[in-house]
Amino acid sequence: MYRQTEILSDHTKSSPLEGDLEGAGDLVINVGPQHPSTHGVLHLVITLSGETIKNVEPHLGYIHRSIEKMCESLSYRQFIYVTSRMDYLSSHINNHGCALCVEKGLQIEIPPRAKVIRVLMDELTRLASHQLWWGAMAMDVGALTPFFHAFREREMINDIMEETCGARLTMNYMVPGGVMYDLHPDFQKRVKEFVEEFKNKIGEYDELVTGNIIFQNRMKDVGYLSKEDAISYGCTGPTARGSGVSCDIRKLYPYEVYSELQFDEVIETGGDCFARYLVRMQELRQSLSIVEQLIDNIPEGDFQAKTKAVLKLPKGEFYSRVETARGEFGVYIVSEGGTTPYRIKFRSPGFSNLSTLNHMAKGYKIGDLVAIMGTLDLVIPDIDR
Amino acid sequence: MTNEELKIKLTELVPSAVFEEGGEWITAFVDASNWKTIAQQLRSNEDFKFDYLFCLTCIDWKTHLTMVYHLTSTIYRHSLIIKAKLDRNDPEIETVSDTWRTAEFHEREAYDLFGVKFLHHPDLRRLLLTDDFNGYPLRKDFEDPVNMIKL
Amino acid sequence: MSDENKINNGFTKVSPPTGGGDKEGAFPGQVHPTAGGGILVSKLDEVINWARSNSLWPLVFGTSCCAIEMMSTASAKYDWSRFGFEVARATPRQADVIIIAGTIVNKMAPVLKRLYDQMPDPKYVIAMGACATSGGPFFYNTYSVVKGADHVIPVDVYIAGCPPRPEALLHALITLQEKIKSGATREQIKNGIGN
Repeated sequence: MYRQTEILSDHTKSSPLEGDLEGAGDLVINVGPQHPSTHGVLHLVITLSGETIKNVEPHLGYIHRSIEKMCESLSYRQFIYVTSRMDYLSSHINNHGCALCVEKGLQIEIPPRAKVIRVLMDELTRLASHQLWWGAMAMDVGALTPFFHAFREREMINDIMEETCGARLTMNYMVPGGVMYDLHPDFQKRVKEFVEEFKNKIGEYDELVTGNIIFQNRMKDVGYLSKEDAISYGCTGPTARGSGVSCDIRKLYPYEVYSELQFDEVIETGGDCFARYLVRMQELRQSLSIVEQLIDNIPEGDFQAKTKAVLKLPKGEFYSRVETARGEFGVYIVSEGGTTPYRIKFRSPGFSNLSTLNHMAKGYKIGDLVAIMGTLDLVIPDIDR
Repeated sequence: MTNEELKIKLTELVPSAVFEEGGEWITAFVDASNWKTIAQQLRSNEDFKFDYLFCLTCIDWKTHLTMVYHLTSTIYRHSLIIKAKLDRNDPEIETVSDTWRTAEFHEREAYDLFGVKFLHHPDLRRLLLTDDFNGYPLRKDFEDPVNMIKL
Repeated sequence: MSDENKINNGFTKVSPPTGGGDKEGAFPGQVHPTAGGGILVSKLDEVINWARSNSLWPLVFGTSCCAIEMMSTASAKYDWSRFGFEVARATPRQADVIIIAGTIVNKMAPVLKRLYDQMPDPKYVIAMGACATSGGPFFYNTYSVVKGADHVIPVDVYIAGCPPRPEALLHALITLQEKIKSGATREQIKNGIGN
C-alpha cells in the first residue's frame, strides 16, 4: 500500500542539556493564539531547554462562547444549531448526538429512511473531516501540495451537502424525529460519482504523503502514548485507537443502523504519530465502504416522525453519545420538565485528547510538537465550547 | 455485570450509598467526604475496574450543588454514575486527578464555571475565562447586565 | 498648502537627515512645480491605489468556522490569488488586510487589538461572518462574546452569512479593492488622498 522505509536518525527522547540547573537557562516561548499551525486559537506556553521541550502548558478560552449557558434559554429544537458550530468539521454528527438525546427523552421512534439518511450524512461528514485533517496536517509538517488535493475532494462533498441540506459547512439538517428535508433527487447519482472518484484518489494520497521517507521519519517514534495512559487520560477516537484502545462507539454502543453494517474498527498498536495517522487513513476507506453499502439501499417512507410543535422533555437526565471524527461526543441533558433544558453538558472529544499533549511532548523538539498536534486533530472551538 | 449485580456490590463497598431510580445506568449518591477512597476502590477493585471517566460535571440546583461523575469500564463494559452533594456556600471535594488523569482539565473547568474547590488538585486555576473574571458564570444566580442580553 | 500636500501624497513630513537642506519638506532636494502638475499627481494617486488594491496580502487569522470557508477560498476551486491575495502571511508585520473570520471573545479581544496595532499602514479590515459583524448566533445570553469585532478595531467591509460562501468572501474582497481605488477607506480619508 505504501512504501516502508527504515528510520534514518535516532528519535530517542533527549534529556535536558547536561549541567542544566532546574529552571536556570530555560526559555519560555508562546505559540499562538494566532498561529498557522494551531488549528484554531490555542495558546501554548512552552518551556524549552535548548531546543528540547520540558513542559507544554495549553491556555484555553480564546473561543469560549458560553454555549452551555446559552443553551439553558433555548428550546429543545433550537439548541441543536449551536452544536454545529462547536466541532464544525463534524457538524452533522454533533447535531445527530443532540437529536438522539432529545429523542431518548421523548422516547420517539425514528422511521428507517431517516436512520439511513442520518448515517449516510454522518459518514460523508467523517470523510470530509478526515480529508481536511490530512491536508492541514501535511501542511503543518511542511508539504503544501496535499492541502489543495484535499480541498478538491472536499468540495465535492460540500456540493452534495449543499444540494440536500442547503449549506456547506454548518448544516442544521437533523431535527428531533428525523431529518429536516428529504433527499435531493440527484443525491444518489452524485454520491456514486464521488465514491468512484475518491477510490482512485485515496491511492494518490498514499503515494503523495504516506510513503514519503521524510514524512515517515518525522512521524515514526514521535509522541508515544501507551494504552493505559490513553484510557486514564480519557482519550477517544483515532487518538486512542492508535494506541490499541478499542473505543469505537459505532461498534460498542451501536445507534441507528450501524449494527447491520459491515465495517471494521481500525486499531493500531504503535502508539506513535504514525499509528494515529494510519488509523485515520484506514477510516477513510471504511467510511467509503459504509457509504457504498447504504447508497443503494435507502428505504422509502417518511423522513421525519411526527412530533409536537413544542417539545417538553420529562423530568430526569439523559445521556447520548456518538462517534465524531475526533472521538466520543456526549450530550448530557438535565431536564426539569420545561421547554428549555435545565443544564446541558457537552462532553467534547478534544478536551480529553488535548490533556495528553504535555505528557506526549516532553523531551521532543518543537518540530515534533507540531507533528503531535497534527495527529491529535484538535478543533479548538470544540474544546472551549 | 448487570445493573442489579452492580447495585449489590456497590452497597457492599459503600453502605451509605443512596440510589436514584430511573435511567439506563445506576446512579448512586455518595458522601463527598470519603469520595477519594471510594474512587480508588472503584478503579482498582477486581469486580468493578472502572478505569475510564468519561464525563465530569456539576449541576446547580438552587439550594445546593451536585457533582456528577460518569464512569465506565473498558474491560467489563459496565457503566455507573456517581453523584455527590455539595454545600452551595463552600463547595469542596477531593480531587480524583491522580486516579483518572482526565479529571485534571475537567476539574479546572468545574472550578472555573461553578467555583467548586478541589482539594489537593495539582494546578487549580481558571481555564476558560480570563484570570480576573468575577463570579462563576454557570451558577443560576450569576448576573451580568452588560453582557447577558436576555431574550 | 494643498499643492505641497498633493506632492507629498499624504506622507507625513520628514526633515532631511542632515540639518538644513533646501526645504523643510519631505523631499531632500529641489521641488520644481511643472505645468499640468495636478494631472500628473492625481494619475499617480490612481496608480498607487491600483497597485495597493491588487496586491493585498491577508493575515492568517481564523478563530472558528469561518476560517474553514476562508481556507476553501484560498484553495483551488475558488482561488483568491487570482485577485492578488497571493501570499497569506502569518506575521502581522508583513500583512495588509486582516480578515476576521470567527467569533471574538473577551479573552481574544486584546490579542486582536495587538495584532492590528502591529500591522503597518495602510491596513484594512474585513469582518467575515455574522459573529464578527455583530456577535451572530451568540448574541443573546452569552457572557463572554464581543458583540461585533468593530467594538475592538475599525472595520472596512462586513460580510453576512454563517458561514458566508466563498463567493461572498470574494465579493467582499473585490468591494474592498474598489473602495481602495476610489479612495474611500478610513486610511485614505484620514490622509486626505483622492478627495
